[in-house]
Amino acid sequence: MIGDRRNAFKVDKVLVVLYILLVGFGWGNILSSSVTGEIGSLLNINELYGKQLVFILLSSVLILIVLSIEAKFYERFASIFYILSIISLIGLFIFGKTVNGSTSWYGIGSFTIQPSEFAKVATSLAIAKFISDLQTNIKLVNHQLKLLVIIFLPALLIILQNDTGSTLVYFAFFFVLFREGVPKIYLYTIGLLFLLVVSTIKLSLITTICISFIIIFINFFRKRKKRNSLIKHFGVIIFCTIFSFSVNYFFDNIIKQHQKNRISLWLKLENNPEEIEKMKRTILYNLNESEKAISSGGWTGKGYLEGTRTIGKFVPEQQTDYIFSTVGEEWGFLGSSFIIVLFVLLLLRILYLSELQKNQFSRVYGYSVVSIIFFHFLINIGMVMGLVPTIGIPLPFFSYGGSSLWAFTLLLFIFIKLDSNKLNEW
Amino acid sequence: MRKSLLYFAVIIVGIIFISRLFYLQVYSSNTYDIFEDNAIRKVFTYPKRGYIYDRNEKLLVSNQPSYDVMIIPRNVKDFDTLEFCKLLKIDKDFLIKRYNRTKKYSPRIPQVFLAHLSKEDYGYLAEKIRKFEGFYIQKRNLRDYNTNIGANVLGYIAEVNNSIIEKDAYYSMGDLIGKQGVEISYEEELRGIKGIKFIQKDRFNRDIGSFKNGDLDIVPIAGKDLTITIDSDLQKYGELLMNGKKGGIVAIDPTNGEILSLISAPSYNPNLLIGRNRSKNYMKLYNDSIYKPLVDKSLLNMHAPGSPFKILVGLSALQEGAISEKTTIFCDNYYQYGKEKRKMRCHCGGGYRNLNNAISLSCNSYFANAYRKTIDNKSSTKESFNKWSEQMKSFGLGKYLNNDLSVGKKGIIPDFEFYDNWYPDFKWGATTTLSNAIGQGEVLVTPIQLANMTAVIANKGFYYTPHIIKKIEGSTIESKFNTRKYSLIDSVHYDPIINGLSEVYKTGTAKFLQVPGIEICGKTGTSENFTKIDGKKTQLTDHSIFIAFAPKDNPTIAISVLVENGYYGSRWAGRIASLMIEKYIKGEVTLKKMEKLVIEKSLANEYEKPFLNKPFKINQ
Repeated sequence: MIGDRRNAFKVDKVLVVLYILLVGFGWGNILSSSVTGEIGSLLNINELYGKQLVFILLSSVLILIVLSIEAKFYERFASIFYILSIISLIGLFIFGKTVNGSTSWYGIGSFTIQPSEFAKVATSLAIAKFISDLQTNIKLVNHQLKLLVIIFLPALLIILQNDTGSTLVYFAFFFVLFREGVPKIYLYTIGLLFLLVVSTIKLSLITTICISFIIIFINFFRKRKKRNSLIKHFGVIIFCTIFSFSVNYFFDNIIKQHQKNRISLWLKLENNPEEIEKMKRTILYNLNESEKAISSGGWTGKGYLEGTRTIGKFVPEQQTDYIFSTVGEEWGFLGSSFIIVLFVLLLLRILYLSELQKNQFSRVYGYSVVSIIFFHFLINIGMVMGLVPTIGIPLPFFSYGGSSLWAFTLLLFIFIKLDSNKLNEW
Repeated sequence: MRKSLLYFAVIIVGIIFISRLFYLQVYSSNTYDIFEDNAIRKVFTYPKRGYIYDRNEKLLVSNQPSYDVMIIPRNVKDFDTLEFCKLLKIDKDFLIKRYNRTKKYSPRIPQVFLAHLSKEDYGYLAEKIRKFEGFYIQKRNLRDYNTNIGANVLGYIAEVNNSIIEKDAYYSMGDLIGKQGVEISYEEELRGIKGIKFIQKDRFNRDIGSFKNGDLDIVPIAGKDLTITIDSDLQKYGELLMNGKKGGIVAIDPTNGEILSLISAPSYNPNLLIGRNRSKNYMKLYNDSIYKPLVDKSLLNMHAPGSPFKILVGLSALQEGAISEKTTIFCDNYYQYGKEKRKMRCHCGGGYRNLNNAISLSCNSYFANAYRKTIDNKSSTKESFNKWSEQMKSFGLGKYLNNDLSVGKKGIIPDFEFYDNWYPDFKWGATTTLSNAIGQGEVLVTPIQLANMTAVIANKGFYYTPHIIKKIEGSTIESKFNTRKYSLIDSVHYDPIINGLSEVYKTGTAKFLQVPGIEICGKTGTSENFTKIDGKKTQLTDHSIFIAFAPKDNPTIAISVLVENGYYGSRWAGRIASLMIEKYIKGEVTLKKMEKLVIEKSLANEYEKPFLNKPFKINQ
């Protein structure tokens, strides 16, 4: 205990500095994109930037609490956190408040909190706990199924609240499972399925089936010495065909129109220039405005608080999901690249530290942290620049919002705490 | 591989993102241009349009603000209609009608709901307009005329049309542009250069304040004030004299080509073409097919010059040696010519005619003879006729004056090719075209050309291009207005002609038009003219024409007067010329009886004749 206390604040300084930079820079951009007219008191909670500053101050309290608690506590109570989190998600069906079509908020007066953000932390802890359990063997299908249940139970609850973006985040845990030793066939299968989906939608059903048939056929003749490979290859062909058919059906009939639009935009299915122009004014509006704002930044940007498209509030939801367009416009190529480098450094640093962990729980948890932050980073910035389909999830540490900021703070600092404790492990 | 997958993924995504940023921000992005930025609204700020002064620095045209109530029908919310109607002094029916009309035209586009509020109404409304969403007040600049004369000279301004917007990048929708007179001739000087104000917009296209506190705004450059050559008192007097008559008066200062007055009658009050009733008034003027008040008759009305043309015929004959100062002929009250022994009638009274009294009595025979001798004295008609034609053109006839008036007509001075096309089958000569000798043939002139011709005679052989500009604030006028253009007649030949013109006033056709104390040289003219009634060529009462300059020595005014269907030259045109000269030289008029007669005379019955659908007599 004494040793533990001594190490209580012996934290990884690199991570803390990166965290402070990201949060600080994020707040500066929230100020820029939400300010109207004169900047009054920075703590004015009637303004978004004022509120966010309050959230940031409260985060530092949260950090102190996280770092003060004994590291073992997180491992021991992981299951409890998970169960509490699931209960809070279920509770939304009764007490939830609907914002923008998603019932993912608890509202207490003007204060709202989004449990799905915290569920990521709880799920990370639960996975780490389950995998690091001595009785767990990740190679066993039985245990893999249990893991999938742990991961996708909160995901299911979240998608039922109509929050697709937050649900997709749970797929990020695959990186963790892969690191911890699920068979490689899963990676290949996921890769294959992804290619099949894209190819079916972009090229057409028949083309996809033909291509997969030819590839598998060539593969079969390369390896024909094996006896049972004929049946195996035939099975793959059948699987591909059925999967392509179901993707086709799913895309045409099941998913919602706006999601369909987003995918068709991403894959550039529409070729008629008039239609594209029309789309730029309707479904493509946000993306179009955000790309315009970013490209208008040039090398060095228009200067802080000088972005004409930011001042004019041309990009909707600019403080939240589209915050990166403010960076692009006002700080230009140099500033935006700097932010990307910060994120990459943060992720690599956590990865590096995770691999140093002697305790499997800490390592798995560290991997979860990287996976979640990476997924958010990939989807959010990719979306703002038009590289991935529109999926509304926040940019970690950057976007406006208390729940998101606190959840990511918790996520990161629990890891920092675990990491600071690694010397005490044996 | 298991350990490195995420490392790779993170680094690759980082690289892809930075490349994408490079593509968006550096590769495909142009350098930032505020004009391309559609987050910034560019609003034009209009400079003061230049004022117009007359030659005595009397202010003729200035500016006045005008306020229009604009509507964007889509933005209109429920409002207190009673109060609104009271403020605008309109009734409810008008409000509803107007609203429906603008909404039908376009719910989005700002349109004029009520144009040209009075200053008083504007004051009340400005305080309360905020209460009426979807309405706003727009300021416009209108011309303010401190005079009700000279509409044809001053012109007017109106919104620029699409064809000009397409041709000239300076103009954009809703800009005002000169449409006639000085306003169009000196548009570039008067308009100045508009400035630009940059306004930050939000995504709903609403203005949210000036961009960078207006540091980048471009300040408009004010239009230049003009001083024109018109003497507004003389112009006003001329317009008064032309009361009830159609025609034009052009007075030029022969010493410098400045146009002292340019009168087109009937004209209109320039104040009619500003303000709320502009388009109604304009259509009324436009549709007046008898008097055509929008047409500047002093510049555009081509007519046969009549007897004043004899002066040039005489000058040409002198130059070519066809006659001399002493040449005398006997007039039989007609001039017989050609194989068929055709006769040209003469009203001079008959008897011996020398150059002097041939001019003063306007003898047709004398000038027919002179013309014949001029044209037929060379071996080839082509050579002599073309030379004659060039001489006539050197008086500014048969070609554009190329001055600073927005409109003009070339007139006609025929040359050899002209008649050769008419008579390809036989050899034509002087007798074929003999009516040119008395200004009644194919020659056509405009009043300003006649005035300019008079100036050449007054100057004994040269003219300055008649122009309207006297001074442009901060710059000089074109040098072409300061250079002499010489006629092809030697100056020695002018003296006998001028003596003849002086004789016109002493003993000739204008002897009862004398002005005490001023020696005037003048020439009467009567010009036959025709119109088509139901496709039939019908002769109308002759035009009354007069040219004059004064004083005889060192002339300061050269004038031409055309009174359409005014009958013989001295009847109306001559009287008007004398009155104008007296007014200009003395500053006041002593010929009160003549003045009264002229002002009160209306020729309305003459102008109505062709439209009455019944036979009529002419030259009564």
